[in-house]
Amino acid sequence: MTQPHLVNMQGVSKSFGGIHAVKGIDLTLDAGEVVAVLGHNGAGKSTLMKMLAGAYQRDLGDIQVHGQSVALSSPAEAHDLGIETIYQTLALADNLDASANLFLGREIAWRFGPFRVMDQARMRDQTAQVIARLNPHFDALDVPCRSLSGGQRQTIAIARALQFDARILIMDEPTAALGPHETAMVADLTRRLKSQGLGIFLISHDVHDVFDLADRFIVMKGGQEVGSGRISEVTKDEVLGMVIMGRCPAQIRPGPGASMLDEHGAQT
Amino acid sequence: MKLGTEGARILSLLALLAVIAVGFHIASGGLFLTPRNIYNLVVQTSVVAIMATGMTFVIVTRNIDLSVGSSLGLIGMVIALVQIKWLPGDAAWNWPLSILAGLACGALIGAWNGLWVAYARVPSFVVTLGGLLIFRGMAFETAQGRTLAPFQDGYLVFGGGIQGAIGESASWMVGLVGVALYAVTQVVAHLRAARMSRNEPVRRRVLKVLAVLLVMGAFVWIMNAYNLPRSDIGRGIPVPALVLIAIVLMMEWIGRATTFGRHSYAIGGGMEASRLVGINTRKTVFFVYVLMGVLAAVAAVIATARLNAGTSSTGELLELSVIAAAVIGGVSLSGGRGSVAAAVIGALVIQSLDSGMVLVGASSSMRMIAIGLILTIAVFADNQFAREAKE
Ligand SMILES: Nc1ncnc2c1ncn2[C@@H]1O[C@H](COP(=O)(O)OP(=O)(O)O)[C@@H](O)[C@H]1O
Ligand SMILES: [Mg+2]
Repeated sequence: MTQPHLVNMQGVSKSFGGIHAVKGIDLTLDAGEVVAVLGHNGAGKSTLMKMLAGAYQRDLGDIQVHGQSVALSSPAEAHDLGIETIYQTLALADNLDASANLFLGREIAWRFGPFRVMDQARMRDQTAQVIARLNPHFDALDVPCRSLSGGQRQTIAIARALQFDARILIMDEPTAALGPHETAMVADLTRRLKSQGLGIFLISHDVHDVFDLADRFIVMKGGQEVGSGRISEVTKDEVLGMVIMGRCPAQIRPGPGASMLDEHGAQT
Repeated sequence: MKLGTEGARILSLLALLAVIAVGFHIASGGLFLTPRNIYNLVVQTSVVAIMATGMTFVIVTRNIDLSVGSSLGLIGMVIALVQIKWLPGDAAWNWPLSILAGLACGALIGAWNGLWVAYARVPSFVVTLGGLLIFRGMAFETAQGRTLAPFQDGYLVFGGGIQGAIGESASWMVGLVGVALYAVTQVVAHLRAARMSRNEPVRRRVLKVLAVLLVMGAFVWIMNAYNLPRSDIGRGIPVPALVLIAIVLMMEWIGRATTFGRHSYAIGGGMEASRLVGINTRKTVFFVYVLMGVLAAVAAVIATARLNAGTSSTGELLELSVIAAAVIGGVSLSGGRGSVAAAVIGALVIQSLDSGMVLVGASSSMRMIAIGLILTIAVFADNQFAREAKE
């Protein structure tokens, strides 16, 4: 018997009103693997990942983590399963500082009557440590996130995902607000986490961002799968063709989202 | 983080307060800055200020509570009914029991508002506007046109009247213990920071302790300088002021040190983010309203004890003063920003203006106009201030 996948999604679907944001997606993730989730804006990537993160409830389909079917009915449940998410929107409370955001919802605290009293000094120290590892020049620990740069905010969102010993990491467009130097740093970080045995979903609308980092990929369009496979099977241009036109190269089995005809009118 | 801008805001509010005080002192020919006036000012402020601490939390979560005046009226009637009509005889435990009933009633009212706002997702403006009518209507129904009086003597202590202050020596004791406790917390905080190998200048903490010592000393001295009628015995700190101080400390602590407080601020600053990180946003908002209801009950105790009567119209229009106090204190209606202490100073500003104008003989209509103007100008100034701080 083979080892169960770290994550195994089968037939996962979600619609908002009449819009089928995600339709019948099958996707797996193993430990020590980076899987790129590609597609245009509006393809349904974030929605798919938010279902794994417990932020949205799926309408249909099954999600297994370590071979166990899980409900994922709240972000807290996902956290308990070791699923951490860097949201595309970063999910920061703009009025709070770095340390408050890093520990938001999971503060270091002890019970006191009906309340939980925070250990702010400890949270601040741990925040300083995690952030220093990511960005040694980050010195704005005590200001509200609203007055930070896009890169600094992204650093906080990344630090938060690393803080809690994730086994499954979802990175939704993690380099969107970063400059080239910081982007390279996130790439390094991704490799390091992968070598530590994390399973990583790397979401992007830009093929160039992820091509060198990912082991496998899935391309989505209109909520459906265009195709998926190993990065080693395809060229960058072929993946670009999948993203832009929904056209599967011959070696990739087309999914329901693939356009059935290529420009020669010849595909299956 | 909050300390910097929030500290500056509090200092500017205190400066405004000083200008108002000195201005009216001169305009009234030396009537404002007297022990008698300051004592009454403190007592009068406590009802609005206690509710403003709760309103701060409500507004911080990007909600509003328009029902607090009516809640206070209904709770006051319930307390009066329990103490004067329902409980038999004149037993010593009648008034404490009636206070418990009032607090429970406040929690229920808060839970009602909280259920609709947090779980049924009805906009808080609508829910609490409804509550304003419902609770006032219920107060009238409960009263059946009666005014219930008098309360028991033990209860009247909360009104801050002749029996309602703790006397000179007890006041000095309270002041001393207060400053000592504050000094201890500062020392502990300093040692903790040192253990975390962070070097913070001691001078700032020493200055803080000195400032508290000074304010506390002046406060006790002034309260003691207001004598009981036809005597030279000082009254000391009025009980409602003690209640207010205790509540401000508790609410500041909840806001700064507890996860409940932090989540309230997070919800106001980013509802979506709070949900995504796994905060139970509904539960948090629900309990913010429960807290507001309980504080309305505390305020109801003071308001009815001051009147020495339970009437159905107690607290009419009070919601406006409470919201105005919070807003003048810099609590942002767009959520996520503001502090309990500043809201309390906001209440002091409103009350000072009001009683200052009474001293110079302004009519009640003139007082309304002036307070309305101050409210608008204060929010304008605060917006400018916030914009500058951001740049
Ligand atoms: N909360 C929501 N409510 C309604 N529609 C949504 C919501 N979230 C996403 N959508 C819709 O679902 C589709 C997929 O969006 P999304 O998953 O964000 O795409 P991607 O991340 O690939 O850019 C889009 O049409 C978007 O408008
Ligand atoms: Mg997206």
